[in-house]
Amino acid sequence: MSSLRCGAALNRGLTEAMAADERVYLLGEDVLDPYGGAFKISTGISDRWPDRVISTPISEASLVGIAAGMAIQGYRPVLEIMFGDFITLGFDQIVNGISKFREMYNDQVRLPLVVRTPMGGRRGYGPTHSQSLEKFLIGVPNITVVATSEIHDLGAMMRAAVEDDEPVFLVENKVMYGRPNRRPESGRLDGFSVRESDGPYPALTLSASGFSAGTATIATYGGTVPLAIDAATELIMEHEVFCEIVVLGSLLPLDLDPVLESVERTGALIVAEEGTMTAGIGAEIAARVQEAAWDDLRAPVRRVAAADGIIPSAPGLEDAMLPSVPELVDAALRCEAARV
Amino acid sequence: MSAPLAATEWFRRMLFIRRFEETLLEMFSKGLLVGTTHTCIGQEADAVGVIDHLEPGRDVVVSNHRCHGHYIAFTDDPSGLMAEVMGRVGGTCAGRGGSQHLCRDGFYTNGVQGSIVPLASGMALAERERGGGGAVTVFIGDGTLGQGAVYECMNMAALWSLPLLIVVENNQYAQTTPVEIAVAGSIPDRARAFGITAVELDGRDAPAIHAAAGELLSTVRTGAPAVLVIDTYRLRAHSKGDDVRDPAEVAARERTDALAVVSQQLEPAERERIMAEVESALADCVATAEASPIAVGSAA
Repeated sequence: MSSLRCGAALNRGLTEAMAADERVYLLGEDVLDPYGGAFKISTGISDRWPDRVISTPISEASLVGIAAGMAIQGYRPVLEIMFGDFITLGFDQIVNGISKFREMYNDQVRLPLVVRTPMGGRRGYGPTHSQSLEKFLIGVPNITVVATSEIHDLGAMMRAAVEDDEPVFLVENKVMYGRPNRRPESGRLDGFSVRESDGPYPALTLSASGFSAGTATIATYGGTVPLAIDAATELIMEHEVFCEIVVLGSLLPLDLDPVLESVERTGALIVAEEGTMTAGIGAEIAARVQEAAWDDLRAPVRRVAAADGIIPSAPGLEDAMLPSVPELVDAALRCEAARV
Repeated sequence: MSAPLAATEWFRRMLFIRRFEETLLEMFSKGLLVGTTHTCIGQEADAVGVIDHLEPGRDVVVSNHRCHGHYIAFTDDPSGLMAEVMGRVGGTCAGRGGSQHLCRDGFYTNGVQGSIVPLASGMALAERERGGGGAVTVFIGDGTLGQGAVYECMNMAALWSLPLLIVVENNQYAQTTPVEIAVAGSIPDRARAFGITAVELDGRDAPAIHAAAGELLSTVRTGAPAVLVIDTYRLRAHSKGDDVRDPAEVAARERTDALAVVSQQLEPAERERIMAEVESALADCVATAEASPIAVGSAA
C-alpha cells in the first residue's frame, strides 16, 4: 500500500466502488480505456464495466445537471471534470440545482453523486489549467467538499464519497497523483506523531513535539500538504521551532474541531492553501477560529496562499505566485517571535 | 398512446387550469399572496394534451417557471400547489419552493432557464438504464432556446438514445422579448440538426397536440428523443402585471385560443354544468389549502 501512487490509489477506490454497487456510473470526457481519463484515474473501469461508463462530449454545463438527474432517479453517478478549472461551466447546476433540490423540495429527493476533479498548478499548464477553485465550492450550501491529500487513505476516501447519500465534490490535485500515497504507521509519519479523526473524510494532525505546546498550527489541505511538511521539518532542523499541521479532509462542512484542538496547544494559526488569497478557505478558517478561540491566540492568524492574479505558465513565474515553503517558514517564525 | 379526449374533457381540464391561475392573479391583486407567479393562461392545451399520455409512477415531467398547468395535469394535486403558492405547510414543498420550484411524484420544476434540460436528460438516462419504458418530458419555452445547455443536451440525447421529449411552448415572447428578435432560423430544424425528430404545430388545435404528443412519446419510449414545438400564445403578463404588448394583439388571440375553440363546441347547458363543477372543485382546492397552517421558520 505504501508504494502505491496517489492516482493509482484513487483508481483502486473507484474500481472498488464500481464493483460494490451497480448503481454507480462513471461519466466524463475521455474516460474510456485505453486512455482512462486525462490523469488515468478511470483506467480499467470501462474495460470491466462498459455499460456503466459513459464517455461524454465536452459539455460540462450539462453534465453536472445530468449527474443530478441520474442521482435523483436513484443512480450514483461519478462525474469526472477533466480539469478543476472547467467546473466553472457547471456552476449553474451546482448553485441553482444540486445545492437546492433536497432542501427546496422539502426532503423529497436525495442526490448521491460525486463530482471529482483535479485542481492545482506546478505543472506549467498556465492560467486556465492550474487553478485551485475549491473556495468557490465552499460558498455553496448543502454540498460536501472533500480535499484529498497524499497522506489520506485515498482509496477509502473515494469509496466513502461514492457511498455518500449527499452530493460530494472530491477535490484532487495534479501533482499529488504522481506522488506516493504515504500513510502513518503506528501513529508516525516523517518523524511526526499523527492523529487521525474519525469519519469518512478525516483530518490528520501532525505534531513534531508529541502534541505538547508548539509554536503554531498550520491548517492546510490538498496539494499544499507536502509544502507544510517540508516547512515544519525545516523549522525543526534549522530553527528548533515546533509546529503542528492539520491536514483537513472535509472543507465543507468545515472540520474545525481538529484546528481548534491544535490551536489550543500552539496558540497561533497559519492557514495555507494554493488558491488565491482573497475570500479563500483560509479566510473562512481564520474567521471561525478567532471567533471560537480568541483567548487561545497570541498572534494574528497568518495566511499563506497564491497571489491574487493569474497562474503564469513559465515555471519561474508560476513559482513566484504560488505559496512556498519559505513563506510558510517565515509565517511560523513570525508566530515564534510573538511568543516572547 | 391514450385515446383522443372528448370536447367536454378538454374543456373541464383546461378550464380548471385557467380558473386556478385566474384565482391566483386575483389573490395577488388583493395582496393575499406574496412573491411571484407565471401563468400559462392561453397555453393550457399544451399541458393537457401532452400529459394525458403520461403516468405518474412510470413517467417523469420536468418543467419551468410557467409550470402550474403541467403540475395540475400530471399530479391531480391542485390543492398542494395552491397551498405551496400560499406558503402553507401543506404545500407541495411545504412552502420552501413556491410557485416555480415544485416536486411531487416524478414531477420537478426549477426556475433557471435551460438548467432543467440537463436535469431531465440525466433522468432520461436513468430511465434508459432502468428499462421500464418510462419517458421524461421536459417543457421549455422559446426564451430558453437562447441557452447553450439545451443544445448540449439535444446532442447527448441523440447520441445516447435517451427517452426524452422536449416540448417547446413557443408563446411568442420571452418575458417582453418577441421571438423574432431572439430566435434565428427554424426551431424544429435546430433539433433536426442533431437527427432528432421534430414536429411543429398550432397550439390552438388541442386535438392535434394530443395526437402528435402521443405519436412522439410512443417512439420516445423506445429511445428516440423527440422535440414537439407548440406555437401558442400567453394571454396574460409574463408574471403578474408586466405586459407591454399591444392590447389589440392579445385580444385577438384571446378569441381564438384552444379553450375558446373547445368551449364553442359544447352545448350551452353542458358548458354551464362543467363551469359550475370546475368552480366547485376550485373552491374546495382553495379551502383545503387555506386550512393548512402558514409555514414559519425557526431562527438559525
